Order: sequence, then C-alpha cells, then structure tokens
Amino acid sequence: MTMQADAASAPFAAARAVPTEAEIEAKARARLKARRALVISLRIAILVAVLGIWEIGARTGFIDPFFFASPSGIAEQIWVWMTEGTSQGPLWVQIMVTLEETILGFFIGAVGGIVCGIVLGRNKLLADVFSIYIKIANSIPRVVLGSIFIIALGLGMASKVALAVVMVFFVVFANAFQGVREADRAMIANAQILGASPFQITTSVIIPSAMSWILASLHVSFGFALVGAVVGEFLGAKQGVGLLIATAQGAFNANGVFAAMIILAVVALVMEFLITLVENRLVKWRPVPYSEQN
Amino acid sequence: MSLQTLDPARPAVVPGAFTAAGLGPAIELDNVTRRFLTPNGKSMTALRDFNMSVDRGEFACVVGPTGCGKSTTLNLVTGLAKPSAGEVRVMGQPVNGIHKDVGFVFQADALFPWRSVLDNVAAGPLYRGLPRAQAYEKARDWIARVGLARFESHYPHQLSGGMRKRVALAQTFINEPKILLMDEPFSALDVQTRTNMQDELLSLWSGSGASVVFVTHDLEEAVALADKVYVLTAGPATVKSVYTIDLPRPRVMAEIRYDAAFVERCRTIWDDLREEVQIGQQRTLDTGH
Repeated sequence: MTMQADAASAPFAAARAVPTEAEIEAKARARLKARRALVISLRIAILVAVLGIWEIGARTGFIDPFFFASPSGIAEQIWVWMTEGTSQGPLWVQIMVTLEETILGFFIGAVGGIVCGIVLGRNKLLADVFSIYIKIANSIPRVVLGSIFIIALGLGMASKVALAVVMVFFVVFANAFQGVREADRAMIANAQILGASPFQITTSVIIPSAMSWILASLHVSFGFALVGAVVGEFLGAKQGVGLLIATAQGAFNANGVFAAMIILAVVALVMEFLITLVENRLVKWRPVPYSEQN
Repeated sequence: MSLQTLDPARPAVVPGAFTAAGLGPAIELDNVTRRFLTPNGKSMTALRDFNMSVDRGEFACVVGPTGCGKSTTLNLVTGLAKPSAGEVRVMGQPVNGIHKDVGFVFQADALFPWRSVLDNVAAGPLYRGLPRAQAYEKARDWIARVGLARFESHYPHQLSGGMRKRVALAQTFINEPKILLMDEPFSALDVQTRTNMQDELLSLWSGSGASVVFVTHDLEEAVALADKVYVLTAGPATVKSVYTIDLPRPRVMAEIRYDAAFVERCRTIWDDLREEVQIGQQRTLDTGH
C-alpha cells in the first residue's frame, strides 16, 4: 500500500517538493519573526517622526518652544536635573519621595479595598446597607479631597499618602466586591460539602476566585495612586516630582513640565512591569492562550 | 414493578449491593414538599409529597423530565436546601446542616481551577483537619486509583473533560462518603468517555459500600447503573413509580446496552417516562419558560 502511494506521489514530489513538518514550522517561525520586526520598526518610525516634527517645528519657529517646549530642551532639562540636581535638591530624592507616597498610598488603599470588598461581598446585610454610601463616595471627584488633606495633614507626606489611598481604595474595593459576588456557586457548594468552614471557604474559594478581578484593578489603581501623590504635591509640598512640576509651571519652564512628566511615565512603566510579574506568579493556574497562527 | 412501599423494618435485599441488616435506610425523604419564591414574589413548587428511601449500599437513580426538580431532591439530602414540609432523614437522623458522610459530584465543573490535581483531591481531608502529610498521602492514593498518577501537578484547565471528572470523583471519594449524591455528573461528556466513567464509578462504588442517589435524564444510564430507578412526574415532581433493576453485577457498561434484559427494562420504564416528558415539554411550550 505505502509502496504504491510512494510511487504515485513520486512524480509530484519531483515536480514540486511537498513541504515537511519542519519546513512548515520554520516558515511559520520566519513569518512571525518578520512581523514582529515590522511592528517594532513601525513603532520606532512613529516615535522618530513625532519627535522630529516637533523638534524641527520648534527650531523653525513654527511651534513656539517657550510654550510648547522642544525635545532637545526636555532632554537637556532632564540631563541638568540628573547631573546638577533640581532647585529642591537632587532629582533622585524627588523621585523617591513621590514613589514612597505612591507606594504607601497604593498598599494602604489596596489592602483596605480588598478587605472591605471581601467583607461586604460575603455579608449581604452590610452590602445592602453600605452600597448606597459607597456609590455616593465614588461619585465625588476625589482629587478635590487633596485640598482638605493639605489643610488637615499639612505639607508633609501624610496628605499625599491620604489622597493616594482615597484614589486607590474605591477602585480596588469595587473590583474585590464584584469578584466575591461572581464566585462560582457550584464551587462554593463543593467546598461546603467537602467540609470547609465559612472561613475556609473565604480563604480557599472566595479570595482566589476574586483574585483575577483584584489584580486587574491593581493595574489601574497604581496609576491612580501616582496621580494622587503628584496632585497632592502639586497642591502643596516641600518635596517631590509634583512640586517640580508646580515650580516649573511657576517659572514658565515648559521643558521642566514635560521633563517631569517623562520621569513620571518611566516610574509608572517600571512599576507596571513589576505588578505584571507579581500577577503572573499569582495566577499561574490560568490557561495560557495559544499564539495565533498565520 | 410499579409503586413500591418500602418498609424500613424489612431491608430490601438487592443483588450485588452491600446491605447492613438491622439498620434503617440510609436516606429517607418522607412526604417532602419544597417551594421556592421566585424573584417576582410568586411561590413555585418543585417537589410535592415526595417519598423516597434508599438502603445502605444501594444505588438509586432518579430520572424525570428536564427541569422537573430532580436536583432539588439532592439539595435536600445535603442540607443545602430545607424542605417546606415533610422530613428528610440521613442515617435515621433528620438533616440539619451538611452531613459529614455526604459526598456530592456536580454536573458542572466544581474543581478549584487555581489548585493542582493533588491540591484539589486533598481539599476535603485538609478542610476536615487531617494533617498535611497524611492528607497528601491519601490524595496521591486516590489519584492513582482513578488513573491520574502522572497528572498530580497539572491544573484542571490542562486536563480533558473526562480527566476532570476523574479528579472530581477522587475528590469526593477521598472523604469516604457513606452517601454519594450525583447530579447528572456525566452529562457533559461524550458518549465514549461517559461509558468509561460509568465503569469507573461502579468500580469505585462497589468497594465503598456507599448509598448512591444518581440524578440523570438519561434513562439508559439509570438502568445500567442502578439497583432501583425512581421515575418522577413533570414538575412539581413526585414519585410516579419505582422499578427494581435486578441485572447481575458486576456490570460492564460497554456490553450491558446490548443485553436483552437491559433493553426490555429500558422499554418498560421509557413507556412510563415518555408520558411525563411530553407533559413537561408541552408545559414549557405553553408557558414560555
């Protein structure tokens, strides 16, 4: 049988080689690689184009660098801050101050949000009573509370941490609450019949199943914590990147505002990367989606 | 071969099943009625004047039209639902909360997706306070018994539907339940896998001496597995008739479906059940839910 089949296919094989499994794979890999290279080069091209047009516009006077800065001016500003320090002291001190406020606010807000979300999610009466107040509190533009915190807690770190906490808490709380509510009923019943106590159900079923909701909210809320800290500094502080922006604004230094913005973006990206690392460790049980062919 | 009255004083002798003489039935539902309150405030009756009695070591199947309230009977035995009238007794005691001798296999996947196979199977003993080392040793033993020894550290999403059901069986059997409740456990599996799982279940059960209530809408599955088949009426469910299946054990699922006695029994019970299925379907079409 196979002999015949081989004999029959031989003329075709001679005319046009039938690709083997390995060849198909190699081809697919090459295509994937080419695509990735294309995406990356397009990204770089866009960055270069935008910065280039901005820079040329600033140099030719088409864009007024006094109001809208220029890429070279921003780079120079960052370099000066890095080498000579800022008017408030070394740059890294400013970054550390802002980062400390952000991380403190993020942790306190996240832990508080998770705990309250789980407690209210597990208790129907508490949920029914408090849901209306949480809705109200959530609809207030919370950044405005920054002014209250500066008045009450002073120009130091506490007022910024408080603002970051408020920014983070509600996002994490809402997600934790929803995650607890969405926990699979069959899974809870299964745990109950297997012999779990209410506390064991909370720790071994409710919290893990709410975890993907909570982690999703942590991504967003770190950004909110940073906004809280910077706005707090902006409103009144002795140190920090937010104060750097406020000072630059006061001195009509557009380059300074943009430079501080870029520093904040870098900080946010690094932290985002770290959170993703933690997340991947925590939810390693989740299925990995197959990469798309073609 | 129609409605039986089961006298607790006279233990029914069922071929091939373990019976503890002198003890009452393992599960009794005595004139049980169960009503729900629908979200718009109307009361709906799922079970009415329901009587059922399962002896120790007996395998009982419950068949009935879709949505007639079959699963409600199981929830009443677990204690997750309370009867509106009548009494449910497990091992002679009225049901009050979840009984530790009860095991439950769900229709849907109820494994914990964030736990490996080993951790899933060890969950029961750990919840019940067994030391870690012992719990894991026991879990490894049960995983081996369901043939998944090489998949201990896999997560549920990495397993096929049939393998996940094996894990679910091990997870339930590890607690050594005296009462095993199963709610259409194999309905989501393909026919070949289902046949394998039925054999697996019978071999696990025959060594356990547990009383089983197995809910299914598949009559052939019921006849193949059970000592006794309860046919329910279209909702509100009540027992229409009880059939004793005296086919010899051990039974082989792949062969029993061609057995003349098996086919004969299926036909008799189906004549009875068909009426209820038609009533149920007609009612669904009439009411629109």
